[in-house]
Amino acid sequence: MSEPVRSKTVTVDVDGTSYEREVEARKLLIHFLRDDLDLTGTHIGCDTGNCGACSVIVDGTLLKSCMMLAVQADGTRIETVEGLAGDGELTPLQQAFSSHHALQCGYCTPGMLMSAKYLLDSNPEPTEGEIRKAIQGNICRCTGYVNIVEAIAAAAK
Amino acid sequence: MLLREVEYARPASVDEAIRFLAANDGARALAGGQTLINVMKARVASPDVLVDLWGLEELRGIRLADGGLELGAMVTYSQLMTSSEVATARPILAEVAGQIADVQVRNRGTIGGNVCSNDPTNHLPPLLVALDARFTIAGAGGERTVSAEEFFVGVYMTAVGTGELLTRIAIPPGSRDGFAAVTIGKDGTCIVSAAASLDGEGGPRIAIGCVDAVPVLVRDVGEVAGAVTMPPSDVHASAEYRMHLAQVLAARAVQQAKGRTAA
Repeated sequence: MSEPVRSKTVTVDVDGTSYEREVEARKLLIHFLRDDLDLTGTHIGCDTGNCGACSVIVDGTLLKSCMMLAVQADGTRIETVEGLAGDGELTPLQQAFSSHHALQCGYCTPGMLMSAKYLLDSNPEPTEGEIRKAIQGNICRCTGYVNIVEAIAAAAK
Repeated sequence: MLLREVEYARPASVDEAIRFLAANDGARALAGGQTLINVMKARVASPDVLVDLWGLEELRGIRLADGGLELGAMVTYSQLMTSSEVATARPILAEVAGQIADVQVRNRGTIGGNVCSNDPTNHLPPLLVALDARFTIAGAGGERTVSAEEFFVGVYMTAVGTGELLTRIAIPPGSRDGFAAVTIGKDGTCIVSAAASLDGEGGPRIAIGCVDAVPVLVRDVGEVAGAVTMPPSDVHASAEYRMHLAQVLAARAVQQAKGRTAA
């Protein structure tokens, strides 16, 4: 039993580090990550659930962190773009984005990488159609999608 | 975006959720949040209390019942797409769930949230009308079950009253179903949608979405022109064009349904 509250203490594991903070119920997960935890690798683009720049993986599920409250994340394990190169070495996926020039301004890249990782974790050899479906929720406004799709396909090999 | 101040509760059971919803007129159930959180940003909705259903396992079940399906209100679109029970009993549900938005939204968005928000452009209201689904609503006084025609009341309005909660949706078995839509971009918001089911006990059911406050139910493609009276006009389509699409999409949905093997 827990009566409705305006703020609560939230404990999360983000990329292997545990954090405990008092959070207002109205705070979105993306703002908690960026403003409270200072983890600015995850971007916020449209703030309307369309662009996917804020995509993270919560307890194994890819989602947009502008459409989840921080208090909902209490007790979860969150993976962000900042945890990909854990030991300082780029992952094969990140390296493929670099090699294939899959980014220009880079704004969408944190979300693109998380969607691509989510795809490859469950489907190591995706078709081009599956790759395109997997990044449907991520919008790139400069490079376009051809190089991004090629990078994901290359990382899958 | 900073939301207006709101209280948050994570109930441990459906009974507790109903108690929280009944305790405050400004309390709203938070399902997957893929609509509600965005309309809260826009201040279109400003609930005082959010009752978060995400952790309620009792609302997540997918069960075969009498050859059909019994779906918990918190079953996500992604769950519909991958469920073997859905694939067996009513595969159209998986097909249409896979046409809603994108991976991230499908991972959080729920069947209950989709029908309870009852936005006329949503995919599932016309589909569930065509499939003759039945909706179980729980409240302090117990449970009641209503038909799809009774469930969808108006734009953003359903038979779920204050202090009540949609808990499960029953769907009869069938396979000769179809769904067709013209959308804003691939898998985007529907401009007009049509769902058809030929397996119903009372004959074919065709439901048109986006042309009225609630899905328009007809029994034959020939009835569409008479039943769709005043579709809305907006930047995406004029009323006349929506009228045209309603007839074309109804025919496509029926054609698709006819092409499928009977179960």
